[in-house]
Amino acid sequence: MKISKETVEHVAKLARLGISPKEAEKFSGQLSDVFDYMEILEEVDTSKVKETSQVTGLENVKEKDEIVPWTASGDPVERDELLGASELPVESNQILVKAAVKKS
Amino acid sequence: MANLNELTIRAVAAGLRAGDFSSEEVAQDCFKRIRERNDDVNAFVHLTEESALERAREIDKKGFSAKDSLLKGVPVGLKDIFSTKGVRTTCCSPGLKDYVPPYDASVVERLRDAGMVMIGKTNMDEFACGASTEHSCFGVTKNPVDLDKVAGGSSGGSAAAVADDMCIYSLGTDTGGSIRQPASLCGTYGLKVTYGRVSRSGVTAMASSWDTIGPFGKSVDDLAIVLGEIAGKDRRDMTMPDEKVPDYTASLGKGVKGLKIGLPKEYFGEGIEKETKDVVMASVKRLEKEGAEIVKVSLPMTKYAIAVYYISMPAEVSANMERYDGIRFGKKASGDVKDLVDQYFVTRGEGFGDEMKRRIMIGTYVLSAGYMDAYYKKAMKVRTKIIEDFAAAFKKVDVLIGPVSPYPAFGIGEKLDDPLAMYMADALTIPASAAGLPSLACPAGSSKDGLPIGLQIIAPQFQEGLCLRVGEMV
Repeated sequence: MKISKETVEHVAKLARLGISPKEAEKFSGQLSDVFDYMEILEEVDTSKVKETSQVTGLENVKEKDEIVPWTASGDPVERDELLGASELPVESNQILVKAAVKKS
Repeated sequence: MANLNELTIRAVAAGLRAGDFSSEEVAQDCFKRIRERNDDVNAFVHLTEESALERAREIDKKGFSAKDSLLKGVPVGLKDIFSTKGVRTTCCSPGLKDYVPPYDASVVERLRDAGMVMIGKTNMDEFACGASTEHSCFGVTKNPVDLDKVAGGSSGGSAAAVADDMCIYSLGTDTGGSIRQPASLCGTYGLKVTYGRVSRSGVTAMASSWDTIGPFGKSVDDLAIVLGEIAGKDRRDMTMPDEKVPDYTASLGKGVKGLKIGLPKEYFGEGIEKETKDVVMASVKRLEKEGAEIVKVSLPMTKYAIAVYYISMPAEVSANMERYDGIRFGKKASGDVKDLVDQYFVTRGEGFGDEMKRRIMIGTYVLSAGYMDAYYKKAMKVRTKIIEDFAAAFKKVDVLIGPVSPYPAFGIGEKLDDPLAMYMADALTIPASAAGLPSLACPAGSSKDGLPIGLQIIAPQFQEGLCLRVGEMV
């Protein structure tokens, strides 16, 4: 199946992935090959087959609703350490990002 | 005294307890080897020499008691996908190049408790996506046996580090072959465990219904030792069945007499190099001489596994990679961005390499409205058929044996611009992954050119002991 340059650009947009026109061109060819190959699955009759998404048969694993330290050693991960992982400015324990909505 | 870096875990543990050498000396020999070789091989991307030597000296000072883990004081390399508190964990991605995690992965905690000496983090394909370790922001890992060839991937650094004696053992991850294939290409042992056998908490997720964690080592016995330490339930990983952890070393020394070994005809068919088949068959003949019964079986769905994988895995990759927005952690967007959405585009456009972009786009596409049934659901149904293949085979035999890779190590750059050709490298490792089965890669011999050729031993779920028992006899 041909994956056009426009399709690549559309999918990249859905995935919030910045790509250049040159990249879109290259990916168009490469992804077309990959999707051509996937057509092999049409040979398999799956009309009476169920989907598998979990291979060991676990279902709805639950835990008690209680607060426990994250690390096994019992050392909590400190808030400042977590905030420190961000490269963006931190203000009042919050990470500052660009505006999500336009000012009216 | 041989170079201490060349020893097995078993031999290091014995030497430490007998007082023949110190943990610090073992670590020193590893770092000496790394200084001699890492510029060429590029197995390690970050070294932790100072803290490793300090840790080794602490351990030496305290001494050893009978109840100590055999891993105490033994140098290990960890794939750069395992979160290590205070030590860079980059997944070899430009977007995480400076990321330092505030906590340890569960397995890292377990190894720390066992007394590990971590000497550094090893190279990998970005976010474990690749079969050659060429997709790393730190450059390719070269095969220690032939520096013009790849080491395999995605855990190429961990495989090369063990094969080249830069450490005693290492950990990697295997989603579609990322432990077994580099182990095979570098000529070392590597174990892919049953899905859910080892906790994945704190290990960067790639494809969540496929990902597993396992060891590389210089002997089957060493893998049994490491697995015993890292396997077993962890409340931070909800995908782990409550399966007992047996003494894996007790599976060894039993031989293969009376075991039924299946040879799937598809693993010796079209597309597999003759030399690879011959070397694997020579090992099978030896096992037969040792008393194993060799049975021909068929896994007819084998040829569909790559297509299943390259739909299911990218779908999961695209979902897992949504979290990389450069906000809470990771590289922020360079230059000025105009709004939040722009910030996402720039951060992710700069932060991901080509292979990640391809997989994120394949995944987004197969999950998008109108294509979900045709691709994703179809693949999940064929995955069921692959599982049924194995279930039928295991009614007739105890384990399955075949080559790991269709061919020995290929040239650096050879498949880099042809993603589909690269994907084919995992043709024989993906099926066991699809069914969540354990599979052990063992060196079987070499090609005429001296390149390692490996075989894999596949067993039913949670029968790692059986893989190890057979592997010891290869």
